[in-house]
Amino acid sequence: MEGKQLPNTDWCDTTGIAGGMRKEVNMKKAIITVVGKDTVGIIARVCMYLAENKVNILDISQTIVQEYFNMMMIVDMSNMLGQYGDMVDELEKLGQEIGVAVKCQKEEIFDQMHRI
Amino acid sequence: MINIYEVAETNEMIEKENLDVRTITMGISLLDCIDSDLKMLNEKIYQKIYESARDLVKTGEQISREYGIPIVNKRISVTPIALVGAAACRTPQDFVGLANTLDKVAHEVGVNFIGGYSALVSKGMTPAEEMLIRSIPQALAATERVCSSVNVGSTRTGINMDAVKLMGEVIRETAEATRQQDSLGCAKLVVFCNAPDDNPFMAGAFHGVTEADRIINVGVSGPGVVKTALEKVRGENFEVLCETIKKTAFKVTRVGQLVAREASARLGVPFGIVDLSLAPTPAIGDSVADILCEMGLEYAGAPGTTAALALLNDQVKKGGVMASSYVGGLSGAFIPVSEDQGMIDAVTAGALTLEKLEAMTCVCSVGLDMIAIPGDTRAATISGIIADEMAIGMVNQKTTAVRIIPVIGKGVGEKVEFGGLLGYAPIMPVNAFQCDDFVNRGGRIPAPIHSFKN
Repeated sequence: MEGKQLPNTDWCDTTGIAGGMRKEVNMKKAIITVVGKDTVGIIARVCMYLAENKVNILDISQTIVQEYFNMMMIVDMSNMLGQYGDMVDELEKLGQEIGVAVKCQKEEIFDQMHRI
Repeated sequence: MINIYEVAETNEMIEKENLDVRTITMGISLLDCIDSDLKMLNEKIYQKIYESARDLVKTGEQISREYGIPIVNKRISVTPIALVGAAACRTPQDFVGLANTLDKVAHEVGVNFIGGYSALVSKGMTPAEEMLIRSIPQALAATERVCSSVNVGSTRTGINMDAVKLMGEVIRETAEATRQQDSLGCAKLVVFCNAPDDNPFMAGAFHGVTEADRIINVGVSGPGVVKTALEKVRGENFEVLCETIKKTAFKVTRVGQLVAREASARLGVPFGIVDLSLAPTPAIGDSVADILCEMGLEYAGAPGTTAALALLNDQVKKGGVMASSYVGGLSGAFIPVSEDQGMIDAVTAGALTLEKLEAMTCVCSVGLDMIAIPGDTRAATISGIIADEMAIGMVNQKTTAVRIIPVIGKGVGEKVEFGGLLGYAPIMPVNAFQCDDFVNRGGRIPAPIHSFKN
């Protein structure tokens, strides 16, 4: 029944859904965004956290708009230590320490919205 | 690969424009719970719902956290209770007992509403269905999270005017029974024509008998996102306007589709449909009326409103249909009054009347929704309002509904506060001329002809 409702295999690859069976490890990419007042060491702190948790950075882009620091990272979590859910919380906490807003979201939400 | 602007756009929609998934609703069939023993029936219902939905709220929260998208409500819809309870219930009181069981299990699994205290009587009423309908005032007064709906007409069968007359009385009684809370019970009671089997939105959700054992339906929202997108095309022609709405609806719906798939996979329950509705909330910037204003109207209700709403509704569907593999439910723009700050403002300014709202319901999803009327409105008048709305649905082959609240002890010009997502509403005047002789005729209005469309 569920197999029938998931005819598109591309979908399965990107979301890690496999006939209703799923594990956190199947999820690979996430997008981390950092928005806030620019200050020294924002990227360093976030990268240090990611390195400690064996999360690989695939791409970084950043801009500064009206003194506001705006960064996006695409990361690969294939070999990450710990749970994805904890990383979301810990990054958010790290952001509060630095005084910026750090968000970590699975890539699919952006893929779904911006790619047909 | 995704770029920084796309990421920023999505997050802006979520953080500033109130993009959210309005509800994940699990439909649960209770047909296999039917038992002639009332105690057994109550137990079976409790067990089936509890077993099916105990991870629903947790799963919703997990998905919300992982994707960074708010999922506002987690809800349950069940098979119409009039069918489930028919073999066991001998009195309306027995049905109230079932409502209490639904309320208890809703609290237990943590969902904020459970829909399906319903009867489908578009052609005729069985004794059990009539008993359930008569028990609605007591059931809604005794419970907190149970929602009730009654389907009194359809394009195929016509309108059951006996049921329409009865519902006028039931709405009044419900208002009386919950008068301590400003007649809040009526906010959880919907009268339908052509009710869909897979609607995830409350208060009208129930799990139709044509559905699978369990199913996940998702309702998306995002009037704020559409409004913001339209701000960027001020003064452009209708082609640009329509394209903008379509593209935005596509993006919003894709999020709903993603969440529906995820919830379905994680819960091991098949994915049913995504409901493409623009559902407003009382939050500033989360208003369908504001979209109409952005299109160029001073207030919702001004001349041009029906055309603007028709256009909006159609483009939302056109954009959304491509974004999801299965679309269903009500799918369109909702125009509740109390749940939409822009609508409230329009009523307060005198721009929007009940009659204009009725016209608007001809071209958008649902109908007269969350409208507060004076507490001394007579049952026959309410039945007349229902009959009008049902006729619009029947003839136009669309779902229409009435959810009006006669606020006991209050009159035109006063305000009523329902709280939370239900918002607040100014009490609107009702046409006071009588329709008793029409409503009291009894019987039913035959199904309309399906040819010679004019």
